[in-house]
Amino acid sequence: MTKPLEHIRNFAIIAHIDHGKSTLADRLIQSCGGLEAREMTEQVLDNMDIERERGITIKAQTVRLAYTAKDGIEYQFNLMDTPGHVDFAYEVSRSLASCEGSLLVVDSTQGVEAQTLANVYQALDNNHEIITVVNKIDLPAADVEAAKKEVEDVIGLDTSRAVAVSGKTGVNIPALLEAIVTDLPAPKGNPDAPTKALLVDSWYDSYLGVVILVRVIDGYLKKGQKIRFMATGATRDIDRVGMFTPKKVVLNELGPGEMGFITAAIKDISDTRVGDTITDERHQCAAPLAGFKPSVPMVFCSLFPADSSEFEKLRESIGKLKLNDASLHYEAESSQALGMGFRCGFLGLLHMEIIQERLDREFDLDLIPTAPSVVYELKLTNGDNLTIYNPVDMPEPQRIAEIHEPWIKATILTPDEYLGGLLQLCQERRGTQVELTYVGNRAMLVYMLPLNEVVFDFYDRLKSISRGYASFDYAIDHYQEGDLVKMEILVNQEPVDALAMIVHRSQAERRGRQLCERLKDLIPRQMFKIAIQAAIGGKIVAREDLSAMRKDVTAKCYGGDISRKRKLLDKQKKGKLKMRQYGNVDIPQSAFIAALRMGDEK
Amino acid sequence: MSVIQTHPESSFGLYIHWPFCLSKCPYCDFNSHVHDRVDHDAWREALVREINHYAAMTPGRVLSSIFFGGGTPSLMHPETVAAAIDEAQKRWNFSNDIEITLEANPTSVEADKFTAFRRAGVNRVSLGIQSLREKDLEFLGRKHNVGEARRAIEIAGATFDRFSFDLIYARPQQTVAAWKEELEEALTLSGGHISLYQLTIEPGTAFFAQHARGDFMIPNDMAAGDLYEATQDILGAAGMPAYEISNHAKPGEESRHNMTYWRYGDYVGVGPGAHGRLTLDGQKKATRAHRAPEIWLNDVTAKGHGAHPFEDVTPDQRMTEALMMGLRLSEGIPLSRLEHESGRHRDTFFDAKKIKALSDEGYLTLSDTHIAATASGRQRLNALLSYLVG
Ligand SMILES: Nc1nc2c(ncn2[C@@H]2O[C@H](COP(=O)(O)OP(=O)(O)O)[C@@H](O)[C@H]2O)c(=O)[nH]1
Ligand SMILES: C[S@@+](CC[C@H](N)C(=O)[O-])C[C@H]1O[C@@H](n2cnc3c(N)ncnc32)[C@H](O)[C@@H]1O
Ligand code: SF4
Ligand SMILES: [Mg+2]
Repeated sequence: MTKPLEHIRNFAIIAHIDHGKSTLADRLIQSCGGLEAREMTEQVLDNMDIERERGITIKAQTVRLAYTAKDGIEYQFNLMDTPGHVDFAYEVSRSLASCEGSLLVVDSTQGVEAQTLANVYQALDNNHEIITVVNKIDLPAADVEAAKKEVEDVIGLDTSRAVAVSGKTGVNIPALLEAIVTDLPAPKGNPDAPTKALLVDSWYDSYLGVVILVRVIDGYLKKGQKIRFMATGATRDIDRVGMFTPKKVVLNELGPGEMGFITAAIKDISDTRVGDTITDERHQCAAPLAGFKPSVPMVFCSLFPADSSEFEKLRESIGKLKLNDASLHYEAESSQALGMGFRCGFLGLLHMEIIQERLDREFDLDLIPTAPSVVYELKLTNGDNLTIYNPVDMPEPQRIAEIHEPWIKATILTPDEYLGGLLQLCQERRGTQVELTYVGNRAMLVYMLPLNEVVFDFYDRLKSISRGYASFDYAIDHYQEGDLVKMEILVNQEPVDALAMIVHRSQAERRGRQLCERLKDLIPRQMFKIAIQAAIGGKIVAREDLSAMRKDVTAKCYGGDISRKRKLLDKQKKGKLKMRQYGNVDIPQSAFIAALRMGDEK
Repeated sequence: MSVIQTHPESSFGLYIHWPFCLSKCPYCDFNSHVHDRVDHDAWREALVREINHYAAMTPGRVLSSIFFGGGTPSLMHPETVAAAIDEAQKRWNFSNDIEITLEANPTSVEADKFTAFRRAGVNRVSLGIQSLREKDLEFLGRKHNVGEARRAIEIAGATFDRFSFDLIYARPQQTVAAWKEELEEALTLSGGHISLYQLTIEPGTAFFAQHARGDFMIPNDMAAGDLYEATQDILGAAGMPAYEISNHAKPGEESRHNMTYWRYGDYVGVGPGAHGRLTLDGQKKATRAHRAPEIWLNDVTAKGHGAHPFEDVTPDQRMTEALMMGLRLSEGIPLSRLEHESGRHRDTFFDAKKIKALSDEGYLTLSDTHIAATASGRQRLNALLSYLVG
């Protein structure tokens, strides 16, 4: 039996990181009896270890709750925990598209932050009704009125019906539950129309195969039904329909307005596209839902196993992550300096970090990531267009007419005293200011910045300049032509592919000198002197020389034990397999690895 | 009757290893053992038997040198030394100018035995002086003092036709100035041959652990380079240029026995842990004896030798070994030797690009007849070899 539409409320919880989204979800679940007290672990919706530890939600999660309101009616709540980070902006927008309302959680000790804004704008784009939830009122530093005022001033929401709660102690949670019934709209839908459902997210479950999270718009989804995925054209038979309470519970059907999951003997999540429309194969709906677009990776880097014998293990491990992350792109790459690895594409910086961390943690892989880079669009002199995912693939400068790079619109909220430092940072990174306003005693900065400058340690600098107080969020905005050059690092005149990078001409010399100096410290001295240079299109912009080693000979005589010496020599020969030849010298791979690992220390 | 197919220029040596010492020096990774008592009769028997064993394989060859090494051969009974020399003389022919060296430690007890060693047939000693500085002898864990060192040198000079001594330098914190002074002092004592070894930290030694723990540091390649170059300058000026990386001699005073190793000639290795290279019916064999003194002794008693099965050295390995050894010498290597060892024509030996790189840098010379590492090449021979044959 499905619920009548008017007794359903679908809503998302949106918040800046750490403002208490997951904790609040826990309280709501507990209040509605979704889990017994003893089953409650903290933040039950954050499944993966890494989500729990870093307090971020990667996959969209939904849980169905039964709430009996003051009017005596039992309502069905579908609570959506969205991936809060902009890297997953498209996923967020699809999650939000499956709901009619949002709970905007604002920490009463912090106020509005950069992610609060990014998320709330997306909710508004999806025509959500929004309930402002001022959280953490149990804390002594809580200032409910100031938080409400910021929401009004910065976002322009009416907060007269805001609810002040503590997700931790449960204070005012009953009032919030009532507000969900009274202030959020019921979904609309047509039970008699052909099936039409939104594919919200999907993941790989080792027991069930691919599990698809859906929101039904019109009609029904039932076991045995033959369905069609409109974007991919694939058809499948549904083998299971169900909901999360958050435990998996199998149902007979999902009706209009409802959320839940289906399984349909799908092995590979690449066959399921977030945002796709699911319909009935025999009674297809007239048109798919609007807004479907495949997710595009924005940030690329190469991953090499530190131990080259682990290449196959890396391949397997990335494959396993890909099972659960359709937005991860990868293809095998071979580097002269670092051997075999993968060029990987990510939605953004956090996504990249998460993948690297999971490979390290879950698969115990020691990885060497190259510097992250972005996707460049080139116009060539012969009129062709070319997309560059890897600096190594950059054509000769004389073949390039224009290079276009992605720009982002960044929002930064910062206590006033750090504003100067942050303005300087944005300026250094070629930013242009769009807006500077005040939110209480904090400044809100909106800047256009080249993504290229942001992937390169921007976030770390922002945090260190503001002692961790500034918050930052961004969205990809547009492509724009830039005076960009490919800088190569040459060791004895030969390019080290893994160290090539695309930089703005104005930054090239500084970055080049930095890398050369670093390599000089890292490369062990050899029999021949070594020239380390940074070059742009053949022109040297920085140079360091490493002089020849002074002495290297075993002085002692081995009393006729020649075999031992010969075997040592053989061993060295094998050791050379871990080295790369540059001119006369063999450079241990470890030197390049260390250079890449050091990041951009000042 | 076996055909002797060694290179015509080559000499033939006998190495005899005496594995016992009074105490273990902290830097030493040689096959040396400290035993309370040694059954000298049994050891004499065994050495003689093993000499016999090898002589039977190499009939008719002319011995150009014998070397008693250790361990501390100056702890041997002179009768044992005599018995070994006599046996060798019985079983092989001695060349007229045969060189018979014994390694000696300069404690007074040992120095007092020098005359007896001479009577046994020894005509050259190599003294382990190591340093002429009291505090450094102590650091190196030596049992003698500077006075004993000087006295031993004096006695050696008076007793033997030729003598040499060893010094270990590039010690922790050693400055070039201090070393120069010590070295000049040593030169006034020298009899025409001196071995100067830079201290190396060998796995398994007491120094290895102490060094790893950071108790002391040894000079890095820059400082070691300074010390090495200063040494070359001083010895060159004294008319004793390096004929090998760590060995200096007045012309004609080179150690003939060690030259056999470096010129990749044949030598027999007798005693525990001793190595040998023997060309038998045209096939080069690597020989190696059991390292543990007791096992070696038992084996010899039971079957006449303490050797592991011989290993064939392939033509490629012979080439590598001949290069490795020969490039240590300032005279270099005649290409005819490499052709003999490898069975290949000289045109196929080297990668022309690498030879050019090494020559351009002044590390190597290659003529129609010889290949040789220059002084600065020898100073970096490990890297040079690994580049050349790698
Ligand atoms: N004192 C207090 N702490 C809270 C409250 N809600 C959440 N927290 C804490 O704030 C931190 C972040 O909470 P979490 O729910 O993970 O935030 P999310 O990142 O928005 O999901 C955690 O340490 C919570 O224990 C609250 O109402 N009161
Ligand atoms: C076979 S060893 C020792 C012979 C004799 N028992 C002695 O101690 O004098 C020959 C020489 O090698 C040198 N030597 C041994 N170990 C060394 C090390 N770790 N570093 C440098 N030279 C070393 C010493 O100069 C030593 O005299
Ligand atoms: S250096 Fe000489 S005396 Fe010292 S342990 Fe080694 S062999 Fe024996
Ligand atoms: Mg969370």
